[in-house]
Amino acid sequence: MRPEEWRKLGLRDDEYDRIKEALGREPNRLELGMFSVMWSEHCSYKNSKAVLKTFPTTGPRVLQGPGENAGVVEIGDGLAVCFKIESHNHPSAVEPYQGAATGVGGIIRDIFTMGARPIALLNSLRFGPLTDERVRYLFEQIVAGIAGYGNRIGIPTVGGEIYFDRCYQGNPLVNAMCVGLLEIDKLRLGKATGIGNPVILAGARTGRDGMGGAAFASVELSEETEAPDIQVGDPFTEKLLLEACLELINNGDVEGIQDLGAAGLTCAVSEMASRGGTGMDVELSKVPCREEGMTPYEIMLAESQERMLLVVTPEKEAKVHAVFKRWGLTSTTIGRVTEGGMLKIRMHGEIVAEIPAHSLAEEAPVYYPESKEPAYLKTTADLPLATIEEPEDYNTVLLELLASPNIASKQWAWQQFDYMARTSTLVGPGSDAAVIRIRGTNKALALTADCNSRYAYLDPFAGGKIAVAEAARNIVCSGGEPLAITDGLNFGSPEKPEIYWQFRQAVAGISEACRVLGTPVTGGNVSFYNESNGEGIYPTPVIGMVGLLADATKYCTSSFKAAGDLIVLLGDSADELGGSEYLALIHGRVQGKPPALDLAKEKALHHVVRTAIQQGLVRSAHDLSEGGLAVAVAECTFENQLGAVVEVEKGVLRTDSLLFGESQSRVVLSLAPDKLSALQALAEEENVPLHVIGRTGGDRLQIFIDGNQYVDQTVAQLRTVWQEGIPCQLP
Amino acid sequence: MKFGVIVFPGSSGDLDAYHLVKDILGAPVEYIWHEERSVQGFDCLLLPGGSSYGNYLRGGALARYSPVVSAVVDFAHQGGLVLGIANGFQVLTEAGLLPGTLYTNTDTRFRCHFTTLRVENTETPFTRNLDRKQLLSIPIAHDEGNYYVDAATLQKLEANGQIVFRYADQNGQTTEEANPNGSVSNIAGVCNETRNVLGMMPHPERAGEAVLGSTDGLTIFKSIIKYWEGRQ
Repeated sequence: MRPEEWRKLGLRDDEYDRIKEALGREPNRLELGMFSVMWSEHCSYKNSKAVLKTFPTTGPRVLQGPGENAGVVEIGDGLAVCFKIESHNHPSAVEPYQGAATGVGGIIRDIFTMGARPIALLNSLRFGPLTDERVRYLFEQIVAGIAGYGNRIGIPTVGGEIYFDRCYQGNPLVNAMCVGLLEIDKLRLGKATGIGNPVILAGARTGRDGMGGAAFASVELSEETEAPDIQVGDPFTEKLLLEACLELINNGDVEGIQDLGAAGLTCAVSEMASRGGTGMDVELSKVPCREEGMTPYEIMLAESQERMLLVVTPEKEAKVHAVFKRWGLTSTTIGRVTEGGMLKIRMHGEIVAEIPAHSLAEEAPVYYPESKEPAYLKTTADLPLATIEEPEDYNTVLLELLASPNIASKQWAWQQFDYMARTSTLVGPGSDAAVIRIRGTNKALALTADCNSRYAYLDPFAGGKIAVAEAARNIVCSGGEPLAITDGLNFGSPEKPEIYWQFRQAVAGISEACRVLGTPVTGGNVSFYNESNGEGIYPTPVIGMVGLLADATKYCTSSFKAAGDLIVLLGDSADELGGSEYLALIHGRVQGKPPALDLAKEKALHHVVRTAIQQGLVRSAHDLSEGGLAVAVAECTFENQLGAVVEVEKGVLRTDSLLFGESQSRVVLSLAPDKLSALQALAEEENVPLHVIGRTGGDRLQIFIDGNQYVDQTVAQLRTVWQEGIPCQLP
Repeated sequence: MKFGVIVFPGSSGDLDAYHLVKDILGAPVEYIWHEERSVQGFDCLLLPGGSSYGNYLRGGALARYSPVVSAVVDFAHQGGLVLGIANGFQVLTEAGLLPGTLYTNTDTRFRCHFTTLRVENTETPFTRNLDRKQLLSIPIAHDEGNYYVDAATLQKLEANGQIVFRYADQNGQTTEEANPNGSVSNIAGVCNETRNVLGMMPHPERAGEAVLGSTDGLTIFKSIIKYWEGRQ
């Protein structure tokens, strides 16, 4: 075979040698194709595996950590929550509607594959500035694609985050997260066990779509990048597949099950056999195809959506086919589980590929790419505050921040999501975390997805750490106990030492925060090569977190509820403007170090907030993030259009730090005055600083510092600016 | 009285209707599979919201050909109570049980939020517990809810009292701003001439518990039960 043949498929020369070694001979073209997709970064994590191993992945509640289709965490009552986040960045850059839609479809399949009923979707989206026409198109289509799939399959999209920054202009990020519920004894894994057991392919027919998608995901985008045919989502078929698979799993009719995603049939057969320590004998002429004359290569590599591979016992085979038929789906026995670990792929009986399953699924090379601290950090790290002029008019600055698309209401997007489907959404999009009740129990789940990539750019370690802390703070402000995370790690090319350094640092930061906060990593997704025309995105480690409310009635939202309540700030503020939205928006600088984060203090804060909510001491809780104190308090006034008078002391701080700085481990609470002493006692016990900073009431937001008025606006005016921030940029 | 929730291929809102009847109303309810050819034994049929057949082609266009729909049509013609919610409303118009058609929302986007409905007619089995001009807070979740009939039909609907709900503002005014999808004359729900079949785009089954933001939808279901009990 000529070197061009494997290089064209993205394989390195030494990787080709490794393949020859695994086979004991030269591979044929199909075998080479199968290796190229399974050993792509997207499927093999060859560049990230060694680093990902450093994540804390165990805990008393973890039933399934990384390595399966999704993580599983026990929540009592014999129930478990199954969840995962996954990226669909490159397809969405090329064909935004279908790219985003199939991203949602793929992550839903990962959840019901485990035997879990999907109950909620979240997403984390990043775009270039909305002033760009192409960006507006991407934004509208990606939101529509997410809505189109989630709404039609009937799973509520309940939360997430949307950010805009120039670094995402040519390479938007679309990370979709799905959360499911299962009875622990119904958990099913993607394992092929039982020699002689039939292997069944069910769902959509196989077409030529998405050929080589995994390899496509593993290169940088440029003007010349040739995109594969992007898959088209079919939420109707997926809904039928979901119901049929859950019916079969709940009735105990399935031995092993896995969905077909990246690398299609190749991935499903090799991973299932490898996990089960078995082999498979597969006859490709049995695979129902959408087009005539499809070659073994096309059948093995196509990424047609809405397909599942099942291993069942011979006794259940006919019943399984009957169930799929009743749901109006095609299902075909395409092979058998065999002894010896070999994959034998046949076409009309003739062997067209013969590869040890384990070498495809597990023996991709593991790389330890070079890593080097990026030079830009030397120039960004230093932020002499004296060079930043303090604004004269704080009203204008607050209005500008509220109108910034990064802070402004995301209602334009989430109003397109059917967040009420399944009638279990207690808190939908727009609060700190979504809260979903669990039918048949008194419990609820709190769900969030968070990342501040500007912090991660300025200090990837701190950025990773803060992403976890902020996610946990959001869960806590909703009344939940943080349980575990899934991570969506979006980075540039790992072949650049500076990018790889960012990746390692971010993982280390996430790990440290997860260890201290007790939220193990149960899985996730690495998306490298997020670059366009040589420019990398900001490192964007998105944290999807699940929390538990033992009592579903004790949830909390961010908005002020009653006039005359006290407003309390927990946590201390410092002169920390590095990486802030204020600094970027008002002063046009992405500079400084992200705010400091002391995880012990963060944990203590969580304890106080959660206990206060459980004991019914507070009426609202909102974490401080982009835009700092002034923006957080403004956000609390919007829903019930209930104003506030805030009076703070400046001390040694700059005024802009005090109002717009983004110091960590801070939460704004509102509470009835008679509850203050109980809250104070709680805070004192945990050594959490508590400041009474004002009262709710009226229809204005007024902020006084040392007795001088800095902000005076009607809530209606602030709210309008905040609501119009995104729509006013769209035609 | 026994409710039946029709399950079309890909039905996504069947669960919501089923749970409201079973858990909140505490009334007997069963799912009815789309291949059923008889709906015997049921007193009120619910065609659920969400989507069916992925809402391909247009909402309700494919579900309308399910075998069970012929049984629903016969049931309705015999005076049986039928409530179509959102996608169910679309199925009922496609099946000819209700006049009009549902176009794509004027802004072409899916919209999910609470709306205010004004009760236009209380002389139906579905609204007898309500007051005329009463305002209800009930959410919508659709992208094809733009109700259309021609002017002559509109006049006829008006004259027959077939317009049951209109989108209104908090003061009960049927303003343009209160109309979320461009429906003609702010129409949110209509019934047939004999008033035993109601279709509405808003989701009363999602407004049955205070924790979900409103219990106003429950009144519609309670009206149905009261009507049925009175008829026995």
